[in-house]
Amino acid sequence: MIKGKQSLSFTQAPFLISSGCVVGSKEAKGPLGKHVDMFNTDDLFGEKTWEAAESTMQKEACVIALGKAHVETEEVRYLFGGDLLRQGIATSMGVETLQIPMFGLYGACSTSGEALALASMAVAAGYGSNLLAVTSSHFGSAEKEFRFPLGYANQRPLSAQWTVTGSGAFLVGTAKSHVRVAGVTVGKIVDYGLKDSQNMGACMAPAATDTIVQNFIDFGRGPEDYDRIITGDLGKIGRTILWDLAEKKGYQLKEKHLDCGLLIYDHEKQDTHAGGSGCGCAAVTLSAYILPKLAKGEWKRVLFVPTGALLSTVSFNEGESVPGIAHGIVLEHC
Amino acid sequence: MDKIQKKKREEQYKKYVKTKTPVHNLFANMTRAFITGGTICVIGQGILNYCKFQKMPEDLGGAWTSLLLVLGGVILTGMNLYPSVAKWGGAGALVPITGFANSVAAPAIEYKKEGQVFGIGCKIFTIAGPVILYGIVTSWVLGGIYWIGKLLG
Repeated sequence: MIKGKQSLSFTQAPFLISSGCVVGSKEAKGPLGKHVDMFNTDDLFGEKTWEAAESTMQKEACVIALGKAHVETEEVRYLFGGDLLRQGIATSMGVETLQIPMFGLYGACSTSGEALALASMAVAAGYGSNLLAVTSSHFGSAEKEFRFPLGYANQRPLSAQWTVTGSGAFLVGTAKSHVRVAGVTVGKIVDYGLKDSQNMGACMAPAATDTIVQNFIDFGRGPEDYDRIITGDLGKIGRTILWDLAEKKGYQLKEKHLDCGLLIYDHEKQDTHAGGSGCGCAAVTLSAYILPKLAKGEWKRVLFVPTGALLSTVSFNEGESVPGIAHGIVLEHC
Repeated sequence: MDKIQKKKREEQYKKYVKTKTPVHNLFANMTRAFITGGTICVIGQGILNYCKFQKMPEDLGGAWTSLLLVLGGVILTGMNLYPSVAKWGGAGALVPITGFANSVAAPAIEYKKEGQVFGIGCKIFTIAGPVILYGIVTSWVLGGIYWIGKLLG
């Protein structure tokens, strides 16, 4: 059912049947390390390159999610997946062996939300009873793609975020589970003209605010109607900007707000500066931390808002700004 | 929203973000850069002095000094130690010749996987390239000025 300007509310809500997450060594040592399904100590996952390692993570995450639900790959109707690399190669190479009909997506670090929204819409429309949503990021491949080779000696600014090495896969379908996708709010591209790619939290915070506020308006809700509102990777700086921007629009988010970028690492010990980032950041946190709490009923309703900074090295070099996007996924215990 | 309003919002947001964004402490950073850069220079001076002690001509000694510092920078990069030095020392680790060595060695290591020609060959100077190009251009300009100055006596 169409809700307001940008949202959908599912009358027969699709279930989030199962999830799988795979992380690298730094994430495994972090606060969520105990809760992940699989990790690798050398970040290469038995491969020779960062890119191949990222693909392997995606494949493993999918296999774990399917295994938990006892669903064979042939039973999955479509797969929605994406990553941060050029032309989305981590996904293309990663899910190739699964032989599931697929849609490749790009939403920067908001891809988990984009994939979940599309998979839920497809299930709600009756286009399949098992759909996979998957995404990943890798510190090595992302540094190489967007910044410098790993061995290059430079000093990261305090506003910089650390790309999460990790992948999360989610099986969305009609089989009953304890978490359902009750609705989605698809985000717009929001550009406040910031050009600093080393301060992505500030670039994405306006988009997160826009989507969260739109979700409240579309559903006629407020922060009090959610147990938690969890953004993808705003980090320390973006978080406070979100609070300020939302307050200007009349909403107090501070009490209910969490950020995956601040949950996945221990910032005192792991030296990640402003927090975690990357597609894997929100996906891994959703799988390892948020879904279990929803499944147990500790939280009844959560607004999950992965955020993405839409830049490329070319757009950055050509002096373009860094626009943001955020998608809102309403998750409910059932 | 028209263009002027958008521009105004962008300016305001930029200013606001600046107040929210922490930066490295300039004084602490300068002190660390001084210590790191100084230490590298002292090592260089040590090598040069040793060369002199061995009765080596000065220009040959200078060449050995540069060579050994570059070697040190490359080895530390290969062992993944140089980034930690730079993290602490900032520009103190970047500006000396060891930093230059790092900026060539790091891409070589990273892009080796993309092949000898299209990987190492094309991308080894992605960071050092601009320094080399504009270094040569600058020396050419300075050479021209020197030449004109000489003509004028």
